[in-house]
Amino acid sequence: MDKQKITGSDALLKTLIAEGVETIFGYPGGQIMPFYDRLYDYQKEIKHVLVRHEQGATHAAQGYARVSGKVGVCVVTSGPGATNTITGIADAMMDSTPIVVISGQVPAPMLGTDAFQEIDVIGITQPITKWAYQIRKPEEIVWAVSRAFYIASTGRPGPVMLDFAKNAQIGLVDYTYQKVTTVRSYQPFPTIEPGHIAAAAELINSAKRPFALVGQGVILSGAEKELFAFLEKGDIPAGSTALGLSAMPSDYRLNKGLLGMHGNIGPNRKTNECDVLIAIGMRFDDRVTGNLQTYAKQAKIIHFDIDLSEIGKNVPVDIPVAGDAKETLAAVTERLIAADHSAWINSFAAHEEEEMEKVIQKEAYPEEGALRMGEVVGKVSVAVDHDAVLVTDVGQNQMMGIRYFNYRRTRSVVTSGGLGTMGFGLPAAIGAKFGAPARTVCLFTGDGGLQMTLQELGTIMQEKIDLKMVVLNNAFLGMVRQWQELFFHERYSSTVMENPDFAAIAGAYGIKSRTVDKREELDDAIAEMLHHDGAYLLVVNVETHGMVYPMVPAGGTITDMIMDEK
Amino acid sequence: MNGKTLYTVIIFSENTVGLLNQITIIFTRRQLNIETLSVSPSAIKGIHKFTITTFADKDTIDKVVKQIDKRVDILKAYYNTDEDLVYQEIALYKVSTELFMKMNGVEELIRKYNTRVLEMNESCIVLEKSGHYEETQELFDELSHSIGVLQFIRSGRIAITKSKVERLSDMLSAMEKRLDIKPEER
Repeated sequence: MDKQKITGSDALLKTLIAEGVETIFGYPGGQIMPFYDRLYDYQKEIKHVLVRHEQGATHAAQGYARVSGKVGVCVVTSGPGATNTITGIADAMMDSTPIVVISGQVPAPMLGTDAFQEIDVIGITQPITKWAYQIRKPEEIVWAVSRAFYIASTGRPGPVMLDFAKNAQIGLVDYTYQKVTTVRSYQPFPTIEPGHIAAAAELINSAKRPFALVGQGVILSGAEKELFAFLEKGDIPAGSTALGLSAMPSDYRLNKGLLGMHGNIGPNRKTNECDVLIAIGMRFDDRVTGNLQTYAKQAKIIHFDIDLSEIGKNVPVDIPVAGDAKETLAAVTERLIAADHSAWINSFAAHEEEEMEKVIQKEAYPEEGALRMGEVVGKVSVAVDHDAVLVTDVGQNQMMGIRYFNYRRTRSVVTSGGLGTMGFGLPAAIGAKFGAPARTVCLFTGDGGLQMTLQELGTIMQEKIDLKMVVLNNAFLGMVRQWQELFFHERYSSTVMENPDFAAIAGAYGIKSRTVDKREELDDAIAEMLHHDGAYLLVVNVETHGMVYPMVPAGGTITDMIMDEK
Repeated sequence: MNGKTLYTVIIFSENTVGLLNQITIIFTRRQLNIETLSVSPSAIKGIHKFTITTFADKDTIDKVVKQIDKRVDILKAYYNTDEDLVYQEIALYKVSTELFMKMNGVEELIRKYNTRVLEMNESCIVLEKSGHYEETQELFDELSHSIGVLQFIRSGRIAITKSKVERLSDMLSAMEKRLDIKPEER
């Protein structure tokens, strides 16, 4: 049979389509132009979103992946196009987000000559990717691209970089799609040890005060139902990491809230009171554990994880349960004896009351003084009936966002956890809206973070993206200011922000906007934002000296939380 | 090395470009110095074997090896201490022909160190010795003190475990079994 040869760019596009890609985020340039030229003929199959900066493309791909569970894709040019993706790739690596980044590269014969816009992308990205590969020949395209999707999306997900030499984009090749389903040297799903399953079940059955820590692994594995069955049968209360939020609905009786530095009092204190600590798809980050020397020393620890290198990395584990949480949770649940831990579960209530009185009441329901960040987040959550996608930037807006927003469905939180990338929010929200077009997407950002990727308002304008954006404007780099107040003798070094008129900026992009200073106007402004058909930027000028409480100082014991003393 | 042990890390990998970099950056992150490094094709076609020695504590080496093992292109990584291994290094010594000829006890020296002469010309002689670090070092010291060494080179360590089977063959057969069952059917 005579086969028509096609260009490498066509082969890439056809492979992307075969891998189920519908949306890509990108920015053209010299060494990726042959691809963009061919893309022009695939506009029906693939939606290309033109961002305003390549960092935005990566965060958008992350937001897309996080809400949809699919692989996010971005395409950029060589040199600065590629280096601008580094922050997003590193963020995706830390937060286990499946993305494939395709960068143009100078033609293979010119590699190593310091050609215009040539950079060693593979060398730069190897430490921050699951896999990085340079495509030098059109014959490698189908294999490399399909392999990239397989690696990015299986096991513990993560970013893959494909460096795509220009000659491979132009060269002709016979195209036959063949899906990669195995890689000899890569075992994404570790073998489940029946002995460990049995030991874990036995230990949980013997527990008087079991406590579960829910991480993003539950969401990535699609194990929400298995988690529910596990917690129900064992009658086990659970706390959640920032990235694990929305794996359980906020109002679920066994959901005891957020863990860690700005988490809820109950789950943090109970970590050091429980007799069996069950970590599921989380990695004992220092923002969750505080001082490891005083962390859960009284407890036997069971760790469910798909990544063997995480087990025992930070916290010594008594029973490791390696494998995909969907399978391991189900297997352990089968061996559980239905338990009743109601006294233990009820003991969380005192902590909840204490937190309500010392922190939440003042933050979320103030009656006087300047507007508070928690108050704004809480009101938006109520107004969307606790059923929107929350996207945050990084800093106080992020901690307030995840503390006061509520969830009904899984995959409802998009935030930069491990890397803590300011500027993440706005582009990630763009990606989230493409990933979940039927859902309301609410962004909470700060005046600092917004200005790091502000240019993406242009993307929102051009693509007419219906985003509900809330700027919690305290005219400070608030989280750094908070640390300066608490730990640096109130020396506010370089944290005061003289800000532009954000509403005027939104106006210049044709985005509807409103600025609110007074409590009386807030409800009306939120309603206006949510009822507006299209993008809306709500600027809320909040208390400039607002603080996020409770707080466990970095390296402190997880039970020693600072409360709002004012 | 303040309480640190010399570990030998043995890694089997696909033979792809850039693999050494992937491995060394993991050592770098943990501030581990690579003492010796040897890379060569393994007994199995297409699979390369890295032998790396480094001073570390057990906890660190355990985590580093897990991180290496996790990389997509790595088939298997493990670590051993000297007791578990048969290991060897090779060293070459270039000395002046004139001084070597004048030296007393050449035969004795060659017998004592089980040394071979690889090359001999008017200006220099190249000796070869294989052994543990201390053994190759001892010959170097003796030659240095007597006639001087013009050039010296020592290879990285190569090592095999004392256990009966090479672990890779077990692993490969398990892996091939696995490849028949598609792991991502879910």
